[in-house]
Amino acid sequence: MTDTIGNLHVMNRAALTKRLVAGLHNREAVVGGIGNSNWDLWGAGHRPENFYMLGSMGLAVPIAMGVALAQPARRVFALEGDGSLLMQLGCLSTVAAQGVKNLVVILWDNGIYQITGGQGTPSAAARTDLVAIARASGIANAAWAADEAEFDALVARALTTDGPHVIGVKTDSEPGRTQTDRDPIRFRESFMRAMAEAV
Amino acid sequence: MTTEAEAPPTWHGVMRQAFKDHGVRLVPYVPDNVLRPLLEGIHADPFFTTFPCAREEEAIGIATGAIMAGTRAAVLMQTSGFATLPNVLASLPVAFQVPVVMVVSERGTMGEFNPGQAIVCRTMRPILDSMGIEHHTMSRLDEAAFVADRTIRQAFATRWPACLILSPLLTGKRS
Repeated sequence: MTDTIGNLHVMNRAALTKRLVAGLHNREAVVGGIGNSNWDLWGAGHRPENFYMLGSMGLAVPIAMGVALAQPARRVFALEGDGSLLMQLGCLSTVAAQGVKNLVVILWDNGIYQITGGQGTPSAAARTDLVAIARASGIANAAWAADEAEFDALVARALTTDGPHVIGVKTDSEPGRTQTDRDPIRFRESFMRAMAEAV
Repeated sequence: MTTEAEAPPTWHGVMRQAFKDHGVRLVPYVPDNVLRPLLEGIHADPFFTTFPCAREEEAIGIATGAIMAGTRAAVLMQTSGFATLPNVLASLPVAFQVPVVMVVSERGTMGEFNPGQAIVCRTMRPILDSMGIEHHTMSRLDEAAFVADRTIRQAFATRWPACLILSPLLTGKRS
């Protein structure tokens, strides 16, 4: 596993989102953070277990944590960007304090606010290691994925071992290729029905 | 001699019972001195899962996720914490129609000493009104059970967030 951000392969968020979703076979819940995180989730093919945020920047992890607490038998993923996580770093301590075993946070770190025009994030300017922050917050299973193969291995570990898990990925600046339908009631209904199905 | 069953009702006992009556099991919160007896009661009751969050926004996210996944939740906070919430309320529980129940201990009125708190307090009801979030100010112990029960009932029946504001007239802690 990779502990530093020095020699990380820069990967593509859309491709890795497809890779992640293709490996989910047990009705895992996936909460897509604001903007590209959920556009790429939508682009990977809609599944009723997906929840697409509309706004509430920074709340993908808390929403996923709530789902995970309500359904300890289901694996729950949060897909969150670096700028979004920066808005809600405190949630890492909350997740760690509650020891949410079935929660997996995927951190897409492109170092920019892509949707607003690609401005750099403070964490990129400061070379802040967000995975190290997760670990320092008390989440022991927090690691950067060095490349696609390691991403697969970390996801496999997150699916089979107790968490919480954080998987950091350095991503390129390619914007999302599709946009999620903006239909919150439909998505809430389908997500709730999916969550009512046994894992 | 007074038995426990005959002990006089308290606002926090009433709130805790209203949560139980409606199956509200998850209670994320940001602590407040006024809320302390309610927090202590909920922590001591194995019916509940309850824990502090770093921010009120986070607690709203957790409650929203839990409700969508089948566990009813309520969020406890103070007035100034509520004032951090408009964006996430509008874009999450209101937009998605998820009945997050908020319980806010009202500070900034009835003899507040801190000017900042007094100004923040004036923003609370206009924010709730602007989003059509029904709110009731609980000021009398004899009405507390009815107001809490009916507000929580309506929130879940109509799939819309609701807010119970605990007035100092009820909680009596701030001077």
